[in-house]
Amino acid sequence: MSKNITFVQGNEACALGAMYAGLDFYAGYPITPSTEIAETLAVTMPAAGKKFIQMEDEISSMCAIIGASLTGNKVMTATSGPGFSLMQEALGYAVMAEIPCVVANVQRGGPSTGNPTHVSQGDVNQARWGTHGDHSIVALSASNHQDVFRMTVEAFNIAETYRTPVILLFDEVIGHMREKLIIPQEGDIPRVARLRTSLKEGVNYHPYLPREDGRLPLSAFGDVHRFNVTGLYHDMWGFPTDKPDVVQELLRHQVDKIENNVHKMTFYKSYFLEDASVVLISYGSSARSALSVVKQRRNRGESIGLLELNTIWPFPAELVRECTQNAELVAVVEMNVGQLTQSVKLAVGSSKRVHLINRVDGQMINDKDIKKILRILQGRGI
Amino acid sequence: MDVKYYLRERFFPHMWCAGCGHGIVLNSLVRAVDSLGLKKRDMVMVSGIGCSSRISGYVDFHSLHTLHGRALAFATGVKLSKPSLNVIVPMGDGDALAIGGNHFIHAARRNINITALVMNNRTYGMTGGQFSPLSGVGTKATTAPYNNIDREFDTVELATGAGATFVARTTVYHVKQLQSLIKKAISHEGFSVLEVLSQCPTYFGRKNRKGSAVDMLNSFKDGTVPVGSKKKQENPELIERGIFVEKQLPEYCDAYAELVERATAK
Repeated sequence: MSKNITFVQGNEACALGAMYAGLDFYAGYPITPSTEIAETLAVTMPAAGKKFIQMEDEISSMCAIIGASLTGNKVMTATSGPGFSLMQEALGYAVMAEIPCVVANVQRGGPSTGNPTHVSQGDVNQARWGTHGDHSIVALSASNHQDVFRMTVEAFNIAETYRTPVILLFDEVIGHMREKLIIPQEGDIPRVARLRTSLKEGVNYHPYLPREDGRLPLSAFGDVHRFNVTGLYHDMWGFPTDKPDVVQELLRHQVDKIENNVHKMTFYKSYFLEDASVVLISYGSSARSALSVVKQRRNRGESIGLLELNTIWPFPAELVRECTQNAELVAVVEMNVGQLTQSVKLAVGSSKRVHLINRVDGQMINDKDIKKILRILQGRGI
Repeated sequence: MDVKYYLRERFFPHMWCAGCGHGIVLNSLVRAVDSLGLKKRDMVMVSGIGCSSRISGYVDFHSLHTLHGRALAFATGVKLSKPSLNVIVPMGDGDALAIGGNHFIHAARRNINITALVMNNRTYGMTGGQFSPLSGVGTKATTAPYNNIDREFDTVELATGAGATFVARTTVYHVKQLQSLIKKAISHEGFSVLEVLSQCPTYFGRKNRKGSAVDMLNSFKDGTVPVGSKKKQENPELIERGIFVEKQLPEYCDAYAELVERATAK
């Protein structure tokens, strides 16, 4: 047996994935149920010569990783519900200033202090619209530890490719559940390095002027190019402006760089969708129960399938439309009051075909819960 | 020296009101940097939001203009990730000690090698003259029309209590001392706090009948005394200027480097 097979919590898988991705700097604040990410990194990062700091709160944690990203580092923080709320302003700063960074949110029950030790998927729309103002965002999810690891690496890759914050939207069950993880070998998952400017000293460097391929090389603080970074609307040098044409162009650029590349950021898994007349759509730990139902029903000969979304934002509407076009019934399995269901309805176009199968009591939705509601939706009674 | 070498000239004239004291801080700062022989490439200025925070746009350093109150948190990330950089954080009184108060005391507690300049004009100028945690009881502000009842912080005592290893105060009237204290604050290995009393004739001065900018400058001359002066004992209302704390304690980035050595030791 290879020594690369481990038995870990999802939070540990996330931390190991971050180290694999090349994490240089972590700042965070303890909060259930994400704390094990920090605890794991507090051990592994100093031992690898990397920087780990426990800050005074989640606000400063988010700010510190942005500062550290600007000196040329791959950076990350991790939190849960209330901490994620506190990070929203600085998350928007990272959107506006186009700073690569990764934010893991291991979801727990909310609002407020809510249900700290229990599972929820109630932050789906906060991830999308939690910070103020028009913007786009990337959020990835996973239902098992192999995918937690993989999506964590992909989060860093997307952050560096598009110079954007990326959210890892896990949940308490995934974070605390223990299962097998095969740690990939070097090179198994490609890693995207920071794109640095090749311009020499004395040549005018524009930190906010996209190349022809849309990417923006970033010089590090301490290197030869001195530039300004601000949360205000800014020109291609990074200096504040309120000129209407520059403001609109920057907003469009920031939204379009995400929305025009949805297909490049879309990760998903499909199970038995080819002939499915019933399509379940799920993500995170609830996708495990949804898959269980699909397998049980398939064994009985029912034409049912599952679309598991690893990319939640930007919402892969085209994919959802394609996977559901022949379905008589579409059911979104999630542990909230229907946050992603709304996006699925928009994508499918016919909201009458789309239903919510959920559980919002802090307990993980199981196969019996899903089957019960599914029977009712199919007109078969309990 | 050529002050302009350190400035982004195309953004002048600056955005501060006529009579504002903040430009004097900018001038003293670049002179201090010049006399220390620091390279622009090694300088990072991190600021928050407010009149004072706009100073970062005018200096030809690496500059990071961040969120209201959070400059020290961003600066902590910059400094710990690249300790060779020289990090200066100018803040206003509201920025540093109201919304940013938590980051202020924790940066001081860690003793991370950052230079914090608190440009204290006793008001929120950018938003039009509301009271700040340094305005003081009895002052008038747009949000304290019946006189302020909020007691003020003493920046020096707060920084000292929080563990800053260099704590000093001066005013924009005392430009030579200002330049000298900025030099000492930058040179200090650890978290340094320099409070600079600066005048806002537009809001604080007008609301509180403090007269012109020149009158306010003169009030800094008449209302302050060197640390330990006998005059202070006779007249407790006087504000002391000078160095209050200057001591050597383990610096955070150095301590982290030692931690890495322990973690990597077989």
